[in-house]
Amino acid sequence: MAAAETAQSWHEIVLQTLKRNDIRLVPYVPDRVLTPLIRNLHADPFFNVFATAREEEAVGILSGAWMGGMRGAMLMQTSGFATLANVLASLVVPSQIPLIMFVSERGTLGEFNLGQSLVCRTMRPVLDSLAMEHHTCTRLDEFEFIADRSIKQAITTQAPVALILSPLLTGGKTFDK
Amino acid sequence: MSTSPVRNTKVMNRFDLTSRLVARLKNEEAVVGGIGNTNFDLWAAGHRPQNFYMLGSMGLAFPIALGVALAQPKRRVIALEGDGSLLMQLGCLATIATLAPKNLTMVVMDNGIYQITGSQPTPGAGLTDLIAVAVASGLSNSSWAADEDDFERLIAQSLVTDGPMLIGVRIDDKPGTGTTRRDPVQIRERFMHGLGVRQPL
Repeated sequence: MAAAETAQSWHEIVLQTLKRNDIRLVPYVPDRVLTPLIRNLHADPFFNVFATAREEEAVGILSGAWMGGMRGAMLMQTSGFATLANVLASLVVPSQIPLIMFVSERGTLGEFNLGQSLVCRTMRPVLDSLAMEHHTCTRLDEFEFIADRSIKQAITTQAPVALILSPLLTGGKTFDK
Repeated sequence: MSTSPVRNTKVMNRFDLTSRLVARLKNEEAVVGGIGNTNFDLWAAGHRPQNFYMLGSMGLAFPIALGVALAQPKRRVIALEGDGSLLMQLGCLATIATLAPKNLTMVVMDNGIYQITGSQPTPGAGLTDLIAVAVASGLSNSSWAADEDDFERLIAQSLVTDGPMLIGVRIDDKPGTGTTRRDPVQIRERFMHGLGVRQPL
């Protein structure tokens, strides 16, 4: 694993890619897998990072911030995404707001909670039904390319994007945690 | 509602209050109008480039306004929301209290009904005190407007006060006065022009 010692972790890539694209506002509803990313964002004064009570609220905040000229991205887990169909369909997509979402994927590749595995199956059909761009990020060597290009595309085409962080990338959440 | 607590707040009218608010705006303040009658009356009070009208996403007027306030800290941002809408997203009061933006004014228009869907009562109508909820959420500068003059006084105060402020108004059961033109891209684009973020082509 000599190469792994010098390679950036997935969460370092997220942080650096956000910074490179001047994305400062990061509301989130937490997830165990996202913990190191959230901790490092809090520690970096470049970012305005805070928890919201609900994912929908974060979408509203980012929509307002975009219209006011500030870029942001939100962090959540799969079950949080499942609460967003209404706001995506009634605000983000019709208003052409480049909402950038990082979704820590639960419910697959070793899920131990039946409810999580079921809610996970609703995520891609919702994204596809609104013709929203989304990528499932599985490999560290591709991740920076996908994240950086997707953020730039979202902003220049004024369209939302969901970056789904697979357990293949993050390690996921396991039964003992 | 014989069990309703007695309140010393006058029942006012949404369009009248919205018109009084808009008349006081002299510094290109941003105004976010919540879904339905709230933004219909904002539209009817006279379109301004700094107005954003919500066509869906019920409950998000305060979060959207918070986002604008964070992005443009030198501009005062005002959010207008209904009681039914706010009840959907009470958690945002805790978020706003925590972030404590200096430039955010919130108005909740409380008629205790979902007027636009047939005037069904909202949960807690005449019972849940939304200003008390806001204070308990950490928004200490929250108060009911006793009457129209008091509303204008509170608005004037909020425009020169650092910190988030929430004003509750009891309103009647009248529908909105106008109907916002439902063109979400144009509404968003015009709002961005009004905020100086974009220039027209």
